[in-house]
Amino acid sequence: MLVAITSTCDTLDALVNEKFGRCQYFLIVDPYTMKFEAVPNPAEQAQGGAGPKAAEVIINKGVNVLLTGHVGDKAEQALKTGNIKVVDGLSGNVKVKDALNNYLSNLKRD
Amino acid sequence: MVISIASGKGGTGKTTVACGLASVINESVYIDCDVEEPNGHLLLKPGILKEEPSYKLIPKINYESCDFCNKCAEVCEFNALLNLKSEIYLIDELCHSCGACTYFCPQKAITEANKENGKIRIGETSNNILFYDAYLKVGEASAAPLIKKVKNAYKGNKTVIIDSPPGTSCSMLESVKDSDFCVLVTESTPFGFNDLKLAINVLRQIKIPYGIVINKYDENYYLLDEYIQKNKLNLLLKIPFRMDIAESYSKGELLTETIKDYRIMMLELLEKIKTEIVEKEYV
Ligand code: SF4
Ligand code: SF4
Repeated sequence: MLVAITSTCDTLDALVNEKFGRCQYFLIVDPYTMKFEAVPNPAEQAQGGAGPKAAEVIINKGVNVLLTGHVGDKAEQALKTGNIKVVDGLSGNVKVKDALNNYLSNLKRD
Repeated sequence: MVISIASGKGGTGKTTVACGLASVINESVYIDCDVEEPNGHLLLKPGILKEEPSYKLIPKINYESCDFCNKCAEVCEFNALLNLKSEIYLIDELCHSCGACTYFCPQKAITEANKENGKIRIGETSNNILFYDAYLKVGEASAAPLIKKVKNAYKGNKTVIIDSPPGTSCSMLESVKDSDFCVLVTESTPFGFNDLKLAINVLRQIKIPYGIVINKYDENYYLLDEYIQKNKLNLLLKIPFRMDIAESYSKGELLTETIKDYRIMMLELLEKIKTEIVEKEYV
């Protein structure tokens, strides 16, 4: 499984970026090893269609779950087509690491 | 003769002036190009004779020849195509029908198909104004193709009044290009002034002669007057801020029918525009 988190910077200590299409980085983490890759979001400055473009990136990286704050309609359609599970509602004042931990520990419970 | 009415920003009274002008011209044609929020019909109250869907072209991929080379997604300026490796995914609302993907596909795997993007309505008012407007479908990102369609829906040589969308984006450009003259409606406020300057810039670049109408004129805001004088801009009309005008306007009435001197103002405006156009033709 691979989890992507929208981030403001390229480390796990960075704060989450709430905006899916406009985030600076996707941190793509393998929760079993906690190894991660920081992928710059090429759509950050895109004029239009940032969300869908960002979706294309993480779909092609083989991501299974996306943790983020908010996803627009068009990006949502694309993510669905790529079979990515979206967990939204993250707030921008938590660290990526904590958001990830939180998600993983809740996973175990249910 | 094609006269377009534009304004840098919304809420300046552009549609009121456009409908006012259309109503003082004998047998005019009014075309509402504000396809995201058309409201000329509220003032002109036309009887609708015809409503027809409008289409735009979108790419369609033939997966028997597509090898997912990604060329189409690369050339799409609008990020409407996503290469998901098992599918070329189209977000059709973002597609501007530019045709680049079809043109550049090395495998010739793309054809173009029609998709409905809005509706065009044709009507007529009780005082013989031919009326056109259009509605862009919710979620559609590009208004320009529909604007082009509704703008070109009338073919004939009556005087055409084009009510263009607010702002200075490509929608405004699409509406005002090809007109003989553009009336810029502004108001005596810092916002109006700022947006007027942007709109003037656009018109200068596409070389369309223009003049200015100040709506809700307020002499206390002298910066606007000063700017117009200094730059020798063509000020066509000042419409004062008056209670009777505001009241009639808020009831959604056509001011040329309810307020006599508003009608006279519009007639004067029309005369000035005509001289401008004639002068241009004989220089
Ligand atoms: S350019 Fe043509 S062949 Fe290449 S991915 Fe697009 S549709 Fe397929
Ligand atoms: S027609 Fe143009 S805008 Fe539409 S998908 Fe193809 S390249 Fe993109």
